[in-house]
Parts: sequence; C-alpha cells; structure tokens
Amino acid sequence: MNEQKPKLKLAIYWAAACGGCCVSVLDVHEKLFDVVAAADLVFWPIALDFKYKDVEEMPDGHIDVTLFNGAIRNSENEYMAKLLRKKTKILVAYGSCSHLGGIPGLANFFTGEEIFKRVYEESESTINPEKIRPQHKYEVPEGTLEIPVFFNDVRPLNKVVDVDYYLPGCPPQTERLLEVFLAIVTGAELPPKGSVVGAGTKAQCDECTRKKTENKLIRKFYRPWEINDDGESCFMEQGVLCMGPATRSGCGYRCIKGNAPCRGCYGPTADVTDPGTKMMSAIASIIDTKEPDELEKIISDVVDPAGTFYRFSLPSAIIRRKLL
Amino acid sequence: MKFKPQIIAFLCNWCSYTGADLAGTARLKYKPNVRAIRVMCSGRIDPTFVLRAFRRGADGVLLCGCHPGDCHYQEGNYRCMRRYHLLQKYIQQMGIETERLKLEWISASEGKQYAELIDSFTETITELGPCKIKETMENLT
Repeated sequence: MNEQKPKLKLAIYWAAACGGCCVSVLDVHEKLFDVVAAADLVFWPIALDFKYKDVEEMPDGHIDVTLFNGAIRNSENEYMAKLLRKKTKILVAYGSCSHLGGIPGLANFFTGEEIFKRVYEESESTINPEKIRPQHKYEVPEGTLEIPVFFNDVRPLNKVVDVDYYLPGCPPQTERLLEVFLAIVTGAELPPKGSVVGAGTKAQCDECTRKKTENKLIRKFYRPWEINDDGESCFMEQGVLCMGPATRSGCGYRCIKGNAPCRGCYGPTADVTDPGTKMMSAIASIIDTKEPDELEKIISDVVDPAGTFYRFSLPSAIIRRKLL
Repeated sequence: MKFKPQIIAFLCNWCSYTGADLAGTARLKYKPNVRAIRVMCSGRIDPTFVLRAFRRGADGVLLCGCHPGDCHYQEGNYRCMRRYHLLQKYIQQMGIETERLKLEWISASEGKQYAELIDSFTETITELGPCKIKETMENLT
C-alpha cells in the first residue's frame, strides 16, 4: 500500500478586493493540477461553495496556508481576518490590498460618511430623494437583518492580525505564487516570519532595462498620454512619473515592458518604510532648476502627488489617511 | 491651559545650526518651543523625517539650510527646496495646513534672523492651534 503524505490544506479568501487576486491564482493554468495534487482547497469563496460556518467549525490551526487577499474595509473583513488567523498555521497577505491597503486604501482620502453621501445621495446616477442609506441592523417581520459595519479607515491585514508572509503585487505574479507554494509543499526552509516573499529586495530600476543616463535632469513632467514614449529610455528621464525608484522588484517590470510607467503595486523596497517620501526624494533629485518660481511651475505638473505616490499603499504610509 | 506648540527644526550643520548657535552665544531671547535637530546638510532631510515628526505630534516643522549658492556640498539646499515644494503639495492634499511646514535660509552669521524666525514661526503655529494628525491616526477606526 502506498503511504500517502497528508495533503496540505489551502484556503483562499477575499476581503476588500476586486477579485483579481483570486483570478491570479487561477492563472496557474494547468499547473493547478500540481497544486491540487499537493493541496486540498478547503475554503475559497470565489470558486467553491464553503460557508463561513464551515470555517468556524474547523479546529484551530486546521488550515496549513491561507492566502488572504483584500484590505480590511468593514466588520465582515475584520471578522474573517481574525477567524482565518485562528484557523491557519501560515497566514499570507496576498496582493497589494492585504499587503499595504491597495486601491481600496485610497478611500482613506475620505471618511465613511463622505463616501456614503457621495454614493447614496450625490452621484450623478443616483435618485434617492428620501436619502435612504444601508443600515447596520434592520427589523423585518421575519427578524433582524444585519449587514457589516462600514469603517472609516481601510487597513492592511497586518494592522488587524498577525501576518506570517507578504506576497505583494496587484495581482501578484502567478509564477511567484507557484514558487512560494512549491517551497511550502516541498518543505524547503521558509524565510523568517514577516518576510516579503515572491519578490526582490531592490528597486524596479535595478532590473529595468530601459536606458538610463548619468545625471539626466528634466524641466517638465508629463502625463503618460501627453508624450510619445520612445520605448527605450527611462520614463523618469522623459519626464513621465514612474514609481520604479520607490518600488520593490520581482514582477519582472511588466508594466514598463508594456511601455507603461510603474505604478508601485509591489510596495516599497526592503529598506524603505514609506514609498511616497522615497519618491519625493527621487523626483527632487532630477528636477533641473534652482529658481523657486520655476520649481513651483514644474511641480504643478505633478498633479496628484498623494494619489500617485501612495496609489497602492496609503493605509500603510506614515500619514495613513487624510485629516478630518 | 494655553497651547504650547511643539516645533521640530532641522538645521544644517554648516550654516543654520551655527546661526542658531550664534543666537545663543549672543544671548538673544527667542521662544522655547523649538527642538533643534542638527543634520549635516539640508539635503539630508528625508521627507520621511518631516512626516514622522508630524505623525509623532509635532505642530510645526521648520527646515533650515544655507542660502542658495552657499551650500557646503554645492547642491544640498536645492534638493531640500525641491522636496519642500513637493511636501507642501502633499501635506495640503492630506489636509495639513501648509503653514505648518516652513523652509528658510539661515546663514552662520544670521543669529538675529534665526531668533526672529523662531518667534514668528511659533506665533504662526500658536495661531493655527494643535496639529491633529497624531490624534486622528490613533483614534479613528
């Protein structure tokens, strides 16, 4: 009789996410059979019909690995984060949203009240004269209905529970996921807790093959559509903001290969805490002027510094939200 | 209780810190609300320092360097100036009053100007009142 190694128990959950991370898991294509050969998927809302109740009934530490994608936006996200932490041996923050806050994190430019007002009262396609808003609890003849509480702040996973590993990206490169997964399956030695896995430690610029000139300075910033990219030289040197200098390598600079500047989804490099301040320094070193007035004019072309520098990382930034 | 602002000043070693020193040796009186941090050059002031200062409860942040053209390292103060303009734009977006961050050039001989700068900046910040970043970050959920 063949003695079988017990299969890994794998769970994938989405909180405040777009679903792209779950799809990136499916992008392993036929390698999915290797994954399924080595692991049982015990919980995966996008693909499998398991209920929260099933997870609640599992013994603690039952799941070996959980890939948690999505930020913590409401009380349901928070509840699931805490529940899965309890049931999981290795909890991986998978993708930009759970790693740093991601695109949903841009909601930190507003409060919950402002968002509700916009969505349920002011938006152009809304007709809501009675100003009806979703209530946390609502009484109906059949009993009380409850929906999750909407928080003011969006938080990354590690602000809510203890996280073992981070796998960055929007979405993470599927190849990197496979590498990490195979490392776990084969029992290779895992990196220390809290590591960012499936990514490099240096900046995108370190890998990027676009041509860089020594000390090239610029006098104007362009939005990507305002300029004809020559397809060869560094975006920053052409005056197009590229988050490469402040962004961790590991994705294989795919956006830049596709002639689009880096947007920073892999988060800051290993020794940087805040990608935005790094980017401000990087920009400050390439502007070619010493005159305050001219400088003001050049910088006015950087239309939305907060949104550009912290597109994927606002909730993990030093100043993680707009002041009230 | 009267509001006593806490101000962090980053002073470059070669001009501004020496200027502040001169204010002291000349026994000039100025407001006691500033905590001075000496850096080798205003170009060393990483925007992280500024944001951290605000995050940890500073009500105002002052950046001081050598006058344009006088930088001990040729270009550091220009870098500081460019970062300052970016920071101004950024903190405004984050809802922080731009008056809370100030850049001034103080040379080694300008002790008097330094004292006046501290007085006027303290005045500005006192009028603005406490900066709410720390409180917001810690209390809002």
